Amino acid sequence: MTMPKDDSSNDKLDQSIVTLTQSGLPLVPQPYHHLAEQLGVDAEYVMARLRAMQQDGRVRRIGAVPNHYRLGYKANGMSVWDVDDAFIQTAGEKVGQLTFVSHCYERPRAPGIWPYNLFAMVHAHTKAEVYTLVEHIQDVLGDWSRQHDVLFSTRILKKTGFRLGDK
Amino acid sequence: MDNLDRQIINRLQKNLPICTRPFEQVAQELGTTEDKLISRIQALLDDGTLTRFGPLFNAAELGGELSLCAMSIPEQAFDSVADLVGDFPQVAHNYARNHTLNMWFVLATSYPGELEKTLKAIEIKTGYTVYNFPKKKEFFIGLYLNV
Repeated sequence: MTMPKDDSSNDKLDQSIVTLTQSGLPLVPQPYHHLAEQLGVDAEYVMARLRAMQQDGRVRRIGAVPNHYRLGYKANGMSVWDVDDAFIQTAGEKVGQLTFVSHCYERPRAPGIWPYNLFAMVHAHTKAEVYTLVEHIQDVLGDWSRQHDVLFSTRILKKTGFRLGDK
Repeated sequence: MDNLDRQIINRLQKNLPICTRPFEQVAQELGTTEDKLISRIQALLDDGTLTRFGPLFNAAELGGELSLCAMSIPEQAFDSVADLVGDFPQVAHNYARNHTLNMWFVLATSYPGELEKTLKAIEIKTGYTVYNFPKKKEFFIGLYLNV
């Protein structure tokens, strides 16, 4: 039975799983068995490694990524906020909990050109809806935010998938 | 897109179980069959409603580095700079946005030091400053679009 336990063979298998599933999970009744066959290991081992990777955060989830444009979510605004550093943690947590926010990060400011340190991506059907949702974020942040802006993408200049695991 | 498609899209934005027959399990939840579920997912991928189906990796946790970067490019140089930036394989996506910083792209690199090196290379190639906004703290990531 091919089910090694030591760390280095785990790492190697994890790397192979990443590479093999970069383009997606095989759409067959037993997808993890299918991967295991290609990797020459036990299906149980592949499933155990995927569970481990999910537990430690390397895999966020196994699932589908919809094309938001196709689903009618055509307005995507990057709302950016200049939040008092003293409140950034609580502010970020509160904004991150809003269901219409897909990504919420603290990022550095760039003095002179970029005063914003909190980024919250908002997805909606229309621009007007984005502005309404941004008002909602403003209500949540209150005085913690000194100023904000919303950036819309006016053109896609490049869009490719991430290249992972191809070291 | 019919009701079953919508149910599938909503359900699969959450986690697919890790078990011998994950599609059978989800099909049961949705009141359909494994076969039908699999062929619907395939069709949704084929027609572009889904851009991906599978494990979603966290690049940073895998040893790579990700960052959001921006540049301020005058209109007359914009298209040529966009082409130069796009030529870098580390640039995953690039968007024009309505701000003084009018070009925003994501850099995804796979070995230590590659990010810094790529930033410098883009500056040299284009002649414009690259502002780097690496995440300091992630509060939330995960989009759920109800359809």
